[in-house]
Amino acid sequence: MEKQIWVWADYRNYFQSRVTLQILARATDLAKKTNAVVCAVVFGDRVDEYVAEYIAHGAQKVYVTDDPVLNIYNVESYAFLLSALVRRFQPETLLVGATRFGQEIAPRVAKQLNTGLTADCIDLDIDDKGRLVQIAPSFGGNLIAKIITPNTRPQMATIRPGTFQELPHDDDAKGEIIPISLPGHMPAPRVRCLKSELHPVRARKIEIADIVITGGRGMGSKGKFKKLFDLAALLNAEVGATRPVVYADWISSDAMVGQAGKHIRPKLLFSFGVSGAIQHTAALADAKFIVAVNKNPNATMMKLADVALVADANQACSGIIRAVKDRIRD
Amino acid sequence: MLHIIVCIKQVPMVSELPWDPRTGTLKRETAQGMMDPAARRALEAALQIKADRTSGPVRITAVSMGPPMAEEVLYEARALGADRGVLLTDPCMAGADTCMTAVILGKFIKNHCPDAGLILCGSMSSDSETAQVGPQLAEDLDIPAIGYARRLELLDGCIRVERHVDDFLELMEMDLPGLVTIDHAGESDRYTPRYVALGGVEAAFNTGNIQVMNRRALGLDHAFNALKHSPTKIMDVYSPVTEKKGRVLTGAVKKMVDTLFDDYGKIISSAMGKDLKTHDHEEDK
Ligand SMILES: Cc1cc2nc3c(=O)[nH]c(=O)nc-3n(C[C@H](O)[C@H](O)[C@H](O)COP(=O)(O)OP(=O)(O)OC[C@H]3O[C@@H](n4cnc5c(N)ncnc54)[C@H](O)[C@@H]3O)c2cc1C
Repeated sequence: MEKQIWVWADYRNYFQSRVTLQILARATDLAKKTNAVVCAVVFGDRVDEYVAEYIAHGAQKVYVTDDPVLNIYNVESYAFLLSALVRRFQPETLLVGATRFGQEIAPRVAKQLNTGLTADCIDLDIDDKGRLVQIAPSFGGNLIAKIITPNTRPQMATIRPGTFQELPHDDDAKGEIIPISLPGHMPAPRVRCLKSELHPVRARKIEIADIVITGGRGMGSKGKFKKLFDLAALLNAEVGATRPVVYADWISSDAMVGQAGKHIRPKLLFSFGVSGAIQHTAALADAKFIVAVNKNPNATMMKLADVALVADANQACSGIIRAVKDRIRD
Repeated sequence: MLHIIVCIKQVPMVSELPWDPRTGTLKRETAQGMMDPAARRALEAALQIKADRTSGPVRITAVSMGPPMAEEVLYEARALGADRGVLLTDPCMAGADTCMTAVILGKFIKNHCPDAGLILCGSMSSDSETAQVGPQLAEDLDIPAIGYARRLELLDGCIRVERHVDDFLELMEMDLPGLVTIDHAGESDRYTPRYVALGGVEAAFNTGNIQVMNRRALGLDHAFNALKHSPTKIMDVYSPVTEKKGRVLTGAVKKMVDTLFDDYGKIISSAMGKDLKTHDHEEDK
C-alpha cells in the first residue's frame, strides 16, 4: 500500500494558514526519504481556494470534506471526521499545526486512535527503519528528546508556527483532489457554538520588526527592564521577553518570545540577560545578526550570538543607549 | 448537588529558580514543586462557582496523579477550599505520557466519582505545555469538552464558556457532564488565583485528610504499566549544541560598546535604516 504523510489543514487565520504550508514543506522532505505521498486533509465549507493553495505548496493529494455543516471549526466533529479518515486510509504519519485549535484536535484524534502524539516538535526526521523521529524539547528546559512511535500508527506530532519554512508557491504543481462526503452517522455535536467572531488581531509588530530587543531575568527587576524600552525607542525596535519575565509581569504576555510565544525574524536582535533555553531560542532561528549581553560567557545565548558582550545587562544597555545617541546622524 | 473535579499537576518551579549571581547559573538544587499555575486557575474557577449562590450546592474534589510529594498541592487545594483531595500514586504510574495520565485520571473519575458533573483542568501545564491531558481525559470519559476557557457560566444542566482561540472570540455551550480547561494566560483577570495565608496551608496539613490511592484502590489492571503502555518512546535525550563561533567581547563596558559600533555599525545602521557614525574619530565629510 502507498505510504502517506498527512497534514491536517488549519486555515482559520493567517498563522494557521502559514503553519499548514510550513508543515507541508517539511512533509515533502520527509516523504522523499520514505517514498511517501504528501497529503493534506481539509474540512470546511467552500474550501476550494485552500485546496489549490496546498497543491501549490507541495500536497500531492488532498482529501476534502466540503459541506456547509462544517462552516465553523468544531473540535468534536472535526476530530470524528479526521479519525474516521485515518482509519480508512491508514496514513503512516499525521502532522498538525500547534495552534490552539490544533492542540485541541490532535490529542483527541490520538486518543481515539490509541496512538502517540508528540507536542511542539522543533524538528522531524526519519530514522533508518523509516520511522518518524519527533524531536522536541524535554524535561522542562535544556534537553532535547528524540521520540518515536514504534508500535502504533499513525505517528502523530504537532508543530508550532514558524518552525519550518514554507515552499514557494508553484502554480504548475499538480495534485489529486479526493472528495469525501460527510458520513451519514455524524454524531450530533455536544458542544454548540453560539458565537465565533474574528477578534481584531493584536499587535504583532514584534514578529515582523527589523530590530528586536529581548530581555530576560538578567535584567534584574521590572524597573530596570524598562530601560529596554528606551533603547527600543531609539532604535525603532520592538521589545520581547522570556517566559519568566512575562510570568513576573515585567511585560505583557504578548511580548513573550519562544515556542509558547512569538517567533521573530529580525535583521538585528539584541538580547539582554537571557540564558538561551531551547524553548526561547527555537523562535530565534531566523534572526540574522545577534548581539547578546550576559554576565556568564557560557550562557547558550552567548554561544548563539554573532557578538557576545560579557557584561552586566543594565550597564551594557545604558552604554548602548549612550553610543546610539552619540553616533546617530540626523 | 454539582460535583466538580479539579485535576491538578505539581510542577517544578524551574523557571522561577534563582540564579547564582556570581556564576550566572541556575540553582537547580533549590527546585521545589508548586501547583501548576493553570491548574491553580482551574481551582479558582471551581471555587468561584462554589461561592456563587445561584449554582446551588457544590462539592469540589481536587485530584492529582504524581509522586507522593505531589500531595503538597492537594493540601494547598484543601486549604484554598476544595472539599476533598485525592492523590493517585503508584510506581506503575511513573513515566505516564498524556494518554496514560488521561487513562489514570479517567479511571478515578469513572470508578470513584460517578456523580461528577464538571471536570476542570488547566489548559496546559507550565513544565510541558502539551495541552493534551484535558482533551484526552474528555475522550477517555466520552464527554464533551471545551478548551481555553476564560469565563464560565452555569446554566440548568449545561455550561456556557467564553474563550479566545486563534484570534476568535467564541461563546460555546455544552451539556454536563463535561470537561473544561481553563486558559493558562487569561487576559481577563477573572480567574486570577487566590493565595492562602500560610496558616491556612498549615491548618489544612493538620487536618491530614488527603486520600491516597494506588493502582489497586483505583481499580487498574494488575498488569498496568504506564511507561510500557505509552505509545511513544524516548530514543535519545541530548543537550542542544549551539556554537555560532561569534565574537566574544570582554572588558570595560564603554570599550565593548565602542567596538560593537565601530566594527558592526553598518549592520546596526542598516537595520535601523539610519546613518550611524562608525568611528568616534571619524569626521563628517
Ligand atoms: C514547556 C515550556 C515552555 C517554555 N516556553 C518558553 C517560551 O516560549 N519562551 C521563553 O522565553 N521561555 C520559555 N520557557 C522557559 C525556558 O525554559 C527558560 O526557563 C527561560 O527562557 C529562561 O528565561 P531567562 O533567560 O530570562 O532566565 P534565566 O534562565 O534565569 O537566565 C537569566 C540569564 O541572565 C543572566 N544574568 C543574570 N544576571 C545578569 C546581569 N546582571 N547581567 C547580565 N546577565 C545576567 C544569567 O547569566 C542567565 O543567563 C518554557 C519552559 C517550558 C518548560
